[in-house]
Parts: sequence; C-alpha cells; structure tokens
Amino acid sequence: MSNIPETGRTQRVQIRLIVIQVLVFSLLLTLGGRLWYLQIRNGDEYTAEAAGNGVQQVVQPAVRGSILDARGVALADNETRLVVSASRTELLKMKDDGVGVLTRLADVLDMKVKDVRDKVRLCDSKTPQPCWNGSPYQPIPVTDEATTQQALQIRERAEDFPGITAEPTAVRRYAAPGKARTAQVLGYLSPVTDDEIQKAQDGPSPYLRSDQVGRSGIERTYDKELRGKAGVTRYEVDNLGRVMGEAENDPAVAGSTLVTSLDARVQAVAEYELAAAMKRVRGETDKITGRKYEADSGAVVVMESKTGRVVAMASQPDYDPNDWVGGISGKQYAKLTSKKSNYPLLNRGIQGQAPAGSIFKVVSASAAVRAGHDFNDLYQCSSSYSLGNQTFANFESQGHGPITLGDALKYSCNTVFYRLGHEQWAKDGGIKPKKDAKDWFYRTARDFGLGSETGIDLPNEVKGRIPDRQWKQDFWEANKDAWCKEGKKGGTYVQQIAYESCLEGNQLKAYDSINYSIGQGDVLVTPIQMATAYAAISNGGTLHEPTVGKAVISPDGKSVQEIKPKVSGKLPVNAQTIKDLDKGLRSVVEPGGTAAWRFGGWPQDKIPMRAKTGTAQVYGKQTTGWFATYTDDYTIVMTISQGGTGSGSSGPAVRKIYDALYGLDSAGNQDLKRALLPEPQKALPKVQPDGSIHAPKVKPYDPTPVTPEEQPGGQEPQLPLPPGGQPGLTGSPASTGRQP
Amino acid sequence: MAGGFSVSRYTPDEGPWAKLTARDSLARRLDWPLLGAALALSFLGSLLVWSATRNRDHLTQGDPYFFLLRHALNTGIGLALMIGTIWLGHRTLRGAVPVLYGISVLLVLAVLTPLGTTVNGAHAWIKLPAGFSIQPSEFTKITIILVMAMLLAARVDAGDQAHPDHRTVAKALGLAAVPMAIVMLMPDLGSVMVMAVIVLGVLLASGASNRWVFGLIGAGAGGAVAVWQLGLLDDYQIARFAAFANPALDPAGVGYNTNQARIAIGSGGLTGTGLFEGTQTTGQFVPEQQTDFVFTVAGEELGFLGAGLIILLLGVVLWRACRIARETTELYGTVVAAGIIAWFAFQSFENIGMTLGIMPVAGLPLPFVSYGGSSMFAVWVAVGLLQSIRVQRPMSA
Repeated sequence: MSNIPETGRTQRVQIRLIVIQVLVFSLLLTLGGRLWYLQIRNGDEYTAEAAGNGVQQVVQPAVRGSILDARGVALADNETRLVVSASRTELLKMKDDGVGVLTRLADVLDMKVKDVRDKVRLCDSKTPQPCWNGSPYQPIPVTDEATTQQALQIRERAEDFPGITAEPTAVRRYAAPGKARTAQVLGYLSPVTDDEIQKAQDGPSPYLRSDQVGRSGIERTYDKELRGKAGVTRYEVDNLGRVMGEAENDPAVAGSTLVTSLDARVQAVAEYELAAAMKRVRGETDKITGRKYEADSGAVVVMESKTGRVVAMASQPDYDPNDWVGGISGKQYAKLTSKKSNYPLLNRGIQGQAPAGSIFKVVSASAAVRAGHDFNDLYQCSSSYSLGNQTFANFESQGHGPITLGDALKYSCNTVFYRLGHEQWAKDGGIKPKKDAKDWFYRTARDFGLGSETGIDLPNEVKGRIPDRQWKQDFWEANKDAWCKEGKKGGTYVQQIAYESCLEGNQLKAYDSINYSIGQGDVLVTPIQMATAYAAISNGGTLHEPTVGKAVISPDGKSVQEIKPKVSGKLPVNAQTIKDLDKGLRSVVEPGGTAAWRFGGWPQDKIPMRAKTGTAQVYGKQTTGWFATYTDDYTIVMTISQGGTGSGSSGPAVRKIYDALYGLDSAGNQDLKRALLPEPQKALPKVQPDGSIHAPKVKPYDPTPVTPEEQPGGQEPQLPLPPGGQPGLTGSPASTGRQP
Repeated sequence: MAGGFSVSRYTPDEGPWAKLTARDSLARRLDWPLLGAALALSFLGSLLVWSATRNRDHLTQGDPYFFLLRHALNTGIGLALMIGTIWLGHRTLRGAVPVLYGISVLLVLAVLTPLGTTVNGAHAWIKLPAGFSIQPSEFTKITIILVMAMLLAARVDAGDQAHPDHRTVAKALGLAAVPMAIVMLMPDLGSVMVMAVIVLGVLLASGASNRWVFGLIGAGAGGAVAVWQLGLLDDYQIARFAAFANPALDPAGVGYNTNQARIAIGSGGLTGTGLFEGTQTTGQFVPEQQTDFVFTVAGEELGFLGAGLIILLLGVVLWRACRIARETTELYGTVVAAGIIAWFAFQSFENIGMTLGIMPVAGLPLPFVSYGGSSMFAVWVAVGLLQSIRVQRPMSA
C-alpha cells in the first residue's frame, strides 16, 4: 500500500516533472542572483543615479572678483546690466509652449521673434547656435542689453510675460581706466566647455554650466580665485520636472579681488607711448631696405627692479577686451586671430621672441669674466673681425682701439665680443667639443634666465632659445630630412644654406659663436626675460620670477593674502662684475654712449640711468630694435619689430615712460606732484570696513611734453602726435646712433 | 449509508467545526502554504500598487486609496473564484472545458472587433460599461491548459495507453494554436510567449513523445526568426528588443523604461528606502509602475530583502505546485498543474527579468502582485485548480 498509487504515471512523466521543477527553480535563482548583483553589488552606483534623477539644480552665478591695479583702480570689474531671461519650464507649461509670450517679448525688445525663440531652445547635436547650452532649469538669458524702459515694460505687465524676468545682473567690464586697456595682460573670459566640466568634475573646484572661465592673461592664471563659487539650489522634482521640494541651498560666494602690481596710469603711458613710437617709425624710411619701417609689433615691460613686479606691460597690436564680454561674435573673433591683424591676442611681452641683438652683450661680458678675462683689461675694438674669408664688421665699420668691456658696452663694440666668443669656442674644441667644454657664453645665458620661462604669473609664456651645442644637435635631427631634400650644392642662397645645414647643421660653427656673442643668429629672447635679467643687474644680482598678481583679497575684505615676490636665481657673476656692468651701462647714456642722444638733459646725478641699445637682424625682415634700461627702482625693456635701431625706435618712448614715472620735464627737472610713481607702490590698497576698496581717480595720460617754461596742461584734449613732433627728436637715428 | 443501521460503532460529531477539522476534511487537505504564499503576494502587491499610485493623480482622480481598494477588491474576487473552482472541482470542470474553451476563443475574437481597445500598443482589451475592461487572453491561458490536458490525458487516464499518441498531440496543439493565433493578431506578443511556454509545459508533463517536445521548441525558434524576418512585429516591439540589447540606446526613448527601472531597483540596496519613500517611485520616473513594473517599487522601497521575499514567495507557490503535480495520481491533474507551473514561472521570470534588465520588455503582469483584474482573477482560478487537484486526489486509505 504505497501512499501514491502509480497509476497513470510513467517514468517518463516523472522524470519530466523533475526537469520542469529544476528549470523553474533555476529561473528563480537567476532572478535572485541578478537582484543581488543590482542591489547589493552595484547598489551604490544606482543610488547615486537615482539621487541625480530626482534633483534639479538652479544656479545663481557668483560675481567674479575684480582685478585692481596697485592703488586699487579697477582694471576689470563688473557692471550691472539689465538681463532679460526666460524660464523654459514656465513657458512649456503654457498651452502654446510660450510662443505667444516670446512673440510679445520680441516686440518689446525690438528683436526678431525667430532670434528670441532660437535663444531659448536647447542645444543638441542638430541645433546650430544660437541655442542654450546650459541646464533647462536655468533661466535662459535672451539679452543683456535691455534698456530700463524695456525692463519696466516687462515687469509692469507681468501678466503678459509669465516666465520672463528682467533683472539687473553683473556682467564683466574692462574699464580701461585712463585708457589703459591692459588687454593681453588681463586676458578674457569665455563660457566653460563640456570637456572642462567633465575634467573638473571630481576636482576641488568643479565648474557649473553657467560658468565663465578665464582663457588668457590674469583672468586665466587667477581664475580659481576670481571665479568664486556659484550658488546652487537643488530642487527635488518628479519625472515631469514639477518641483516637489527644496533639497539644498548653497548661497553664491563672490570671487576674491586680485590686486596687481600694475599701475593703470603707467600702463596707459606705456600703451600710448608704444603705439605712438610704432606709428612714428612707420613714417621713417629704413636705409637698408629702402622701404618705410613696418613696425608690425612691439612690446614694453615696466618692472620694479628690486622685486620683479610688473608695473606695466603693453603689447601691440592690441584689442578691446570688452569685445569678449557677452560672447564674442564670429567676425570679431576672426579678426582677433587673423594674420592680417597680426594676432593682437598675443602678449608680446611674454610671447614675442626675437634675437636679442646688442642688449645681449651684458651676458657676453659676464661670460668673458667667467672665462677668466678681466673686465677692465683692454680689448681690441677693431673695425672688423675676420674669419677665413668672412668678415664680421663693426657697426659702420668704426674702430675704437683697445677698450675695456665697460667701454665695449658703451660703444656697443661688436668686434670685442666677436673675438672673445670665437676664442672661447676654439678653446672648447671648436666643432669637436672637448669633454670638459666650458661653453661659458651659452652657460652664462642660461644662468641669466634666458632659454627658459621666467615663470611670470601669466599663461603661455614662451622660452626663447639659447642655441648651444645640444640645441644644434636636436634642431638638426628634427630638420635634416627637410634640409637634405631641399638643399642643392651651388643653388640659390636658400638652397645652399639648406645643403650646408644638411651636411653639418649639427655642428656649432665658428661663425655661430661669433654671431651669438652679440645676440644674433639663432638666439631668441622675450622682453620679460631681458627685463628680468636687467632688473637683476640693477638690484645686485637677484633674478625674480616676475609677478603681476600682488594680493588676493577675500570679497568681504577680511582676508588679504599677499603674493610675495619669488627669487628664481642669482646672476652667475660676483658683485664686482655686476658693479662693472652697471658702470658700463651707465656710460651708455653718457656722452659718447649709444643712447646718449636719447637722454639729453636727463638728471643722471639724481636718477642714474643705465641703458643698452640693441638692433637684431632677422633674415628677410627689417631690423628689430631693443632698448633695455633701468634705474635703481625700475627696469624698462622695449622692443619694436621691424622698426629699426633700439634707441631710434624705442628711445623716446622709454624716456617718456621714465618722465611720467618720476615727474620729469623735457629738461630733466623733477616735479614730484606730477610724478606718477617716483618709487614703487609698496602698500596694498586700503580695504574699507565694508569690504570695498578705495580707488583713486585716474586722469587720462596727457602725452604733451612738459617743457620747463610751460605749466602742466592737463586740460588739453589728447591729440595723436605727428611723427617727429616732439622736441629732442632731431636727426635720423641711423646717422647718429652707434649701435649695431 | 444506504441501510437504516449504523455500521460504525463510533459516530463522529458531525458539527461544522468538526467537519472542517476532520482528518480528511477539505480544510485539512487544502495546500495551506500555497494559499498563504499567494495571499502574501497579493497583500504585498496591494501595498506596492498603493505606493506606486498614491501620487498619480491623473490615474486616481485624486483618491490615493483608489488602486489599493481596487487591488484588494480584485484579490477578494479572486479568492471567491478560487473557492468556487475548488467547490466545483477540476474534474467537474473537465466536462465544461469544451464550453469554456469556446467562450474564451469568442472573447479573444471579440477583441479584434470594435469592442476591443488598445492599451500601451497592445490591442488586447475589451471595454465593459462602468469603466471596467477585461483582457481575455488571461483567461485563454487557463482554457488552453484545460483543453489540452483534457485531450492528452483522456486515454491515458482511461488506461488505454501509456502516453498520448501523435494524433491526440496534434489535435491538442491545433486547439491551442487557434486562440494563440488570434492573440498574436492583436498583437499581444507577451501573452503568446506565455502561451507557448504553457503548451511546452503541458506537452512535457503529458508524456508526449520527445519528437513533439523538441519539434515544438524548434518550431518556436523558427517562428520567432520568421516573425522577425517577415516584419510582423510592430515598431514598438522592435524598439523594445533594441533597447534590451543596448539599454544606453536612447535613454529618453525606448530605453527609458528599462533604464529607470534598473535605477529604481539598484538604488534600493539591502533594505530599501522604506514604503512610500522611494524617490524613483514618488517621482514617477518608472512608467506602468502599478502593473508591469510593480517589482521596481519593491526593489526601491523594500530593498533586496523585500524584493527577494517576493521571489521567495513565488518560489513557494511554484514549489507547492510542483508537489501537487507530482503527487496527483491522474495525468489530467498532473498536466493541468504543469501548465500552471509553466505559466507562473515563465510570466514571473519575464516580468521580474525585464525590470532587472535580463529580459526584453513585454507587457506581462507579475502574478498576484501587479494591479489588474483579469490577471488577478486568472491566477486565483489557477490556484483554485491546483487546490482542487490536491484536494481531490485519491486518499490512501
């Protein structure tokens, strides 16, 4: 008597029932396993996703911090503009999806309906600009140029404009106090890109979609400090975006204020004088090419000699930084980046490089001392120097007989340095260098900070180039294929050069060392490098990392974080040599020196001036002029590309900047009342108890020269000066100058 | 009993309580774990449906209890249907199977007439007055089981043959094919898939020749390829498969359901957010959450423990059903039970599987848990059949 009679049940059915049972339970086990995988194993990932799902953010942008000059004058701040915005979520709730409201809005704003509707649509791969790239929960700006009238209309007829707001909103402004644009140094902003958001997502300062990011200049270097932190309100929403509650509210924190070492007034003088100098030389004829000077670009750096702080930095051509505000138009952008306008976005103070010409001779003189020569020994300044059948001439083939290195600087004698450079090259083994080759001339250049970035707090500084043996080798390896392809024995000049370079371009030749000794050939330097080097000679040998930023002040004014000058090195010569160099450079502006004609009447006893002129030859171009100068307080280096000699093109401009700094008239009389900055600004601007910063008024620069008998005439309107219209500017520079 | 005298020295108390508790009483013979698990699933279902719908004003007309009450009512009706089925008995019903089958075929046919309505792309519903609607394919699942079991078991149970012969199998398949073809035309692909699995389960349990079993599997696979190749599928169906293959595809469109469902379940963790606390649920990110995607509510709000409990309870139901299939002595009962097992198992697997992203999306309810009258009634009738098979099995004396 079994419990279950076996009638009607075969073995086959029995087995199959077991198969069914096994199948069924394996299905259930699969479900259980998958459930465990999703909920326990990967649960955190999905929890995060769910949290993001139900929450939407509304962002209140932070007010970007101001950029001030050393006395508190705003170079970049924010102005309040009436911004009209549309809330997409509100519009979509309407029966016609807000078309009616947008049509009325277009009418009030005098815009095309299509333009308004395009601005509030969301960007995707198929939608061209204009479109909104931010969060759809964020009010979308339709215009930032609404008039008060328009804003009032929108506000008063709120029932006609549901979902539309007209709010005063902070917008970046580059105030150009006293006409100091400071364009390339300040830089500009543009909206954050998707890539940047992604990259910064998990970092310490993540971006928000609405953020503007500094793209160049100080705006970029100090972006983190200036940007502040946008306020975020997180709302819990359901699947239709209906708000169910407020989850979190982080109020916006304004960006910090950056105080720079710039002085708006000096900056205005520097900008004006640079542009005026370039304009003037364009009216002069180049004797070598027979054409008028191109003067296609130029730069000037004004630096505090003892700290490396930048007081002014101008670069030509320039642009109006306000072009970037509110989004740059395609046309403007094309103009700023075109060859025709010669790339005004470049800051040539740190990004323009050219052979140094004779301002390099301080390096060569120091190298000679390091190589064992006595600074005050006599060296033959012959009218030319021969190498085989090649002749390297002195400027205008003038000889000065045996002179000291100081006098070689004074007269800018080439042949003295040719000989020293050539001898040292030969001593090091010539084209086959000895193992312990000293290469003093190249090593010293590097020790002066050339061939590498100075480390200034501005982005994308270029390194320049010191063409030593290693560089020769590297450059040859990179280019020999092209040279060998192009080169032809006995072909054109270019082909012949390529042919020779192909064969022996990796060797440091005798003529390389000769050219190099006076800063010609392959050597490249930037104005900021030369300013740093000359400032070091001025201050007794300390090389600084130049700085523009001076202090970061919190928005409430309570925390002031000073940016201290940073020492980057020491000049590789002893104090006596520096003194010797200083003396030599001083003699340059004294009778007989190459810059004497530019410093007639200068109060050399009160404010000792040192200077060095330079004129660099660039193959296929007109000469580039350099003018490196310093007093005890300031170092000014100016360069004009394709503008002729350094003293000829830049001399008057540099002197005018000094005149403005020290309050000198054309006869050299000092009037401290007129002096903009007789000594470097030490103190930071005063922070008021309410956190605001006191800003003195800035008068526009009046370039009219002050002559001793005339009273200062600040009221006269600014007029562009006719070339040659300034006193003390007589005669052609080429006929009086002595520099190479 | 026919005589006027008692043959028993001992006359048991014939009171109602005693009847109920007697050793061979109905109450004693009922499969209580099966009933308990099914009731627990329905109870959990009512909570989940309530949570999923209490904010969905466009569905509830402002009454947050609307779906809770309806679900409870459906469960009550289902229980009544179960009791009715037990009372009638599956053997009695055997006589009525041809009639029931005929009615169910007519009902699915009616869906194709203007009486039918479309819900979520499936034209599978008949609209009744007073806002009710029924989904005849749910009942068709039962009648297919019953009609096939009747045919296949008839001569085996009579002792004429050990296994159903080819003729009988062919006939049974033919009878199943008629309503399946109609449901396919609706098109209600999900239900057809369930019915195909039911047919397979029934054939397996009936002891039909292996050739039929493998032939059917082959035909199913071939049919699926043919359907795909001939373009018989609607765009929405293709889109669902595409989204299954690649959930990241178009997360705002066809992949949205699966993606949101997975987020809801994944975010539940071990213990869940608590009933009514799930942000995915209250935020209504998962569509059809009270019906096909009800499991996501369990996943999010009750966590691994709660969702696992549902799978466990379904396991209890299926385990008891398997026992019933194995323990009954007649093939008819075995085949009916096997059909129900195939139905419950596959439908549960497909429903939960699609919310977990391991099966493509198909509009199938989770037995006992999902909101929906037709489905609820059908599964409780099925429980009634299982109970009846257990209750009416010949007791060993």
